[in-house]
Amino acid sequence: MDLFTVDFVFGHIQYWLFIFLMMTGLYIVMARGNLIKKIVGLNIFQTSVFMFYISIGKVSDGTAPIFPLKMKINPEVVYSNPLPHVLILTAIVVGIATTSLGLALIVKIREAYGTIEDLETIDIDVAAQVAENAE
Amino acid sequence: MAQFYYHFPILQVLIPFVSAPLCVVIGRSTVSWVIAFFASIASLIISVSLLSSVSDGSSISYHLGGWAPPIGIEYVVDSANALLLCLVAGVSTIALMYARDQLREEVEEKHHTLFYTCYLLCLTGLLGVLITGDIFNVFVFLEISSLSTYVLIAQGAKRDKRALKAAFNYLILGTVGATFFVIGVGYLYMATGSLNMADISLRLNNMESNRTVQVAFAFIAIGMGLKVAIFPLHAWLPNAYTFAPSVVSIFLSATATKVSIYVIIRFSFSIFGKEGDLIQDIFILLAAPLAIIAMFSMSIVAIFQKDIKRMLAYSSLAQIGYMLLGISFFSKSGLTATFVTLFNHGITKASLFMSLGAFVCVTGGSFLKDLSGIGRRMPFTAIAFIIGCLSLIGVPGTAGFISKWLLVEAALGRGLSFIAVLIILSSLLSIIYVWRVIEHLFFSESKLKFEHSKISFRIVIPLWILSLSCIYFGLDTSLVIDASETAAESLFDNSLVAE
Repeated sequence: MDLFTVDFVFGHIQYWLFIFLMMTGLYIVMARGNLIKKIVGLNIFQTSVFMFYISIGKVSDGTAPIFPLKMKINPEVVYSNPLPHVLILTAIVVGIATTSLGLALIVKIREAYGTIEDLETIDIDVAAQVAENAE
Repeated sequence: MAQFYYHFPILQVLIPFVSAPLCVVIGRSTVSWVIAFFASIASLIISVSLLSSVSDGSSISYHLGGWAPPIGIEYVVDSANALLLCLVAGVSTIALMYARDQLREEVEEKHHTLFYTCYLLCLTGLLGVLITGDIFNVFVFLEISSLSTYVLIAQGAKRDKRALKAAFNYLILGTVGATFFVIGVGYLYMATGSLNMADISLRLNNMESNRTVQVAFAFIAIGMGLKVAIFPLHAWLPNAYTFAPSVVSIFLSATATKVSIYVIIRFSFSIFGKEGDLIQDIFILLAAPLAIIAMFSMSIVAIFQKDIKRMLAYSSLAQIGYMLLGISFFSKSGLTATFVTLFNHGITKASLFMSLGAFVCVTGGSFLKDLSGIGRRMPFTAIAFIIGCLSLIGVPGTAGFISKWLLVEAALGRGLSFIAVLIILSSLLSIIYVWRVIEHLFFSESKLKFEHSKISFRIVIPLWILSLSCIYFGLDTSLVIDASETAAESLFDNSLVAE
């Protein structure tokens, strides 16, 4: 495999981390029956994307994109690209809204079913359905 | 006045958005209904005026805050999204007319104000997704509409606690879909350095075809596929539509999936025009077979449903198959058929869910056994239901016929006569599930005592507006077809796909 040279692997380290986190998150969402754990998985999944965005804003040798008006312009200073950071600020807000709404729904589900295990709630629904059909 | 008119694209989104917190501040159920209703009517008036000014194929570009694109955010109105803006604002207005009485049955009084707030936010999000010309803005509006949708679905919990789980599952899948979409947007930004749709398309045209861009399309297509509920990604939809309050089912079935399909069309044609050949292959080899499987399997599943609301949800999934098939033809006539189906199915499904909601008001359940014989007790509502059913099947003289006709014509235009046959065969399946309901409505003995069989005029009027428009758009086809044709043409002219 010519492709997977040391340079390639370490040169793209942020992508490997991004893929690893993303897959971890997705796996938790799918494999765990506990609703809170599902939300945690969702958070990990979203965070991986935030990190991916931040990493694409990096310009090599670039500094933080803060530019005080009084400072004299030095054409040699390189700044990182601030746009992905701004986008991700928005996405983080969306993520918080999603998490809090998810948790609120879990509270309601617990009030209605008395459990936060996905499979147990399905059992309760099936039992209710069977009882209804038997009537 | 001219200045006022100039700001219409932003007012379209801004009016419902500003009205939403107003409802919370005032906090009275009736007042918030009035606010929501008038905000929705204002959006409708604006969208109709926008549609009339772009009907010649021109487009309006509005720069937010005066910042010219590609730096600033741009709102673009062309014939493709103006038609859907009218659909969304129109259905929203009619559903709100109906909401006032229906909501008392289904949602607790103290939640009404917040219900209208979420409803307005959902409307804002859907209108925003349609009108914006900035891909990250699409994500933001998509999440505004999705988050409020989750809340709205969960409101069905008073009638059935399974609504909570339906909302939660939709939240998980919807968020995964939206996050996939953001990853796609990220890849596109990496490749082009721009977020403006027109600018990206321009920059892609000047570039070599590259893998990053193709991966971006894959992520965006899968993400939006989850929101559209394309066949294998549809698991959230039946429960969400079944357990949501009727008003929400009406609004979502007519608008939410349609808006997501619009996003897929917009990305496939306007933005990824450069990768047209690849996208064409994906649609023909992957989307078209899935669409055909959806048309048949979902219709068959619908036949075996005991709950009519669930049956209608599965029939929506089959209809999504038709819309996807229209895109897969990759021809102007196919795209026209998709746009017409988006519009016609929107009003048809809204009228069906609305009449079903009126039945549920009286009987307290949406199962077949609950509704036996109710057609004779409530003939006006039942006739409206039948008109909707006929339009769903595609009987001549109704809106549904036009969309099926155009779809068959598009299939024949591509020389795919066997697909035309499949479209007609799957329509026959819908006769079966629709007939089961009609039989129960009229020809079976009623075993139930009805609580009260009089329904308010505020339910009957919006219901008949929708039913009559199902017939009107089946007879006077020029309005929708002209707009769809202009839309399809402008999308095709922008892309490099050879027809």
